[in-house]
Amino acid sequence: MTPIQVTYSLFVGVGAVLVVASLVGWTLKTAMAKGQPHATIDNLNARIKAWWVMVLVISLAFVFGKPGVILLFAFISFFALREFLTLTYTRSADYLALAAAFFFVLPMQYLLVYVGWYGLYSIFIPVYVFLLMPILEVVAGDTKRFLERMSKIQWGLMVCVYCISHVPALLALDIRGYEDRDLLLIAFLVIVVQSSDVLQYVWGKLFGKTKLAPEVSPSKTVEGLIGGVLSATALGAALWWITPFNPWQAALMAFAINVMGFFGGLVMSAIKRDRGVKDWGTLIEGHGGMLDRLDSVVFAAPIFFHLTRYWWAL
Amino acid sequence: MPTLDSLSAYALCLFTKALTGARMLWIGCAPAATTRVYFANHNSHGDFALIWACLPEDLRERTRPVAGADYWLKGKLRTYVAQRVIRAVLIDRNAQTRKEDPIQQMADVIEQGDSLIVFPEGTRNTTEETLLPFKSGIYRLATARPEVEFVPVWIENARRVMPKGKLLPLPLLCTLTVGAPLTIASGEERDAFVARTREALLALRPPEA
Repeated sequence: MTPIQVTYSLFVGVGAVLVVASLVGWTLKTAMAKGQPHATIDNLNARIKAWWVMVLVISLAFVFGKPGVILLFAFISFFALREFLTLTYTRSADYLALAAAFFFVLPMQYLLVYVGWYGLYSIFIPVYVFLLMPILEVVAGDTKRFLERMSKIQWGLMVCVYCISHVPALLALDIRGYEDRDLLLIAFLVIVVQSSDVLQYVWGKLFGKTKLAPEVSPSKTVEGLIGGVLSATALGAALWWITPFNPWQAALMAFAINVMGFFGGLVMSAIKRDRGVKDWGTLIEGHGGMLDRLDSVVFAAPIFFHLTRYWWAL
Repeated sequence: MPTLDSLSAYALCLFTKALTGARMLWIGCAPAATTRVYFANHNSHGDFALIWACLPEDLRERTRPVAGADYWLKGKLRTYVAQRVIRAVLIDRNAQTRKEDPIQQMADVIEQGDSLIVFPEGTRNTTEETLLPFKSGIYRLATARPEVEFVPVWIENARRVMPKGKLLPLPLLCTLTVGAPLTIASGEERDAFVARTREALLALRPPEA
């Protein structure tokens, strides 16, 4: 199959899954809830509806190829960063650092990813911006909760810009025998990590008994985790034909993605608990904010990028 | 046929909402086409636009912000926005030079069936204080139009979006929380009413995390 045909069949497959999900959601609503309001079923249907929108947006970005995908993830980073920094304590003296984060660091990181300058985009935020932020903060002169304010902006940039930018950075990897197929690597990552979230939710709802981390994320269960990660790993293995990996390599990669994704979700939950909120925002109906949907991608993307780069890229 | 004014209004709403991701939480009442005075905390020049942009369109067309003429009549663009786009009720804040009584101006607008947006602190709060003391204007307006509902609107984060003296706004998220309407009780004293409205506004603050 040509890369275009593979991409088409992939999206048709995802579309088919969504059609089935929508039918299930509709059946639950009419048969079980009898059309009456029902918190869990209504939330499920809102989530499915949002998935349609998200899949359409990603498809649209894929149509425009590399620039489309990079622009999409730049916007995703922007929405994530504004959610993160909105929930962060800042003072008026942070203005310069915040303005730099939004209007300089974010576009610069994606520009570097676009031109494919690996040597710089991989250290731009962890090194240059890491040092630039305290400089911008100290120039403003306000020392109240200084370390805390500075670290939180740095953390927001690492999570929302640096980590997320490793998804489109996959496009620049040069893999032998996999030319023109880099978009599929993104599709693999996104499908595996998101289906892991969905499958953990489904397994948890169906068989969940043992609470996994009641302090951090009360809805997560051991049964959900094991069922979700194993089935999403199997799904990853089944998708080996769109990747440069063979089936067992694809399984291992999917497993790494799922484990990182799980811990990403847990860490981001802990931050929300600490800040006393349930969701990061309200951007995506039924899901919460951009970061609620991306918490697992954030942790999975850089690791997937570097594993792939180390073993497969030229 | 859309006019330049209505297009500008639409553009201003779109820009304000895109920049701040603003949403309005109606926790104390539902949007209603009754004549109301929305009163809010005042931290930035964008506060008018925020409330105004977040109101449902049919209410927005009948709601006019009350603003200082000294700021809004400076320069062609500001004057255009104030007079034609947000249709501000411009008041002269200088008690010595003014020809019209601001309370009378506001009462007249209410008489015509329009709602108002007011900032009872009287000026932008650029201090560390959460909310400045209210001026007595809100009480005088309530006595002039006792039937009108006073609706508190707490604006969260506008100060961070547009800090004083900065040109470039930051794209942080703003939330507007709308509380339950208040009306003045017959014979209610000035201090009691002013304190009651101020408390109602403060009660809408999100809990400090």
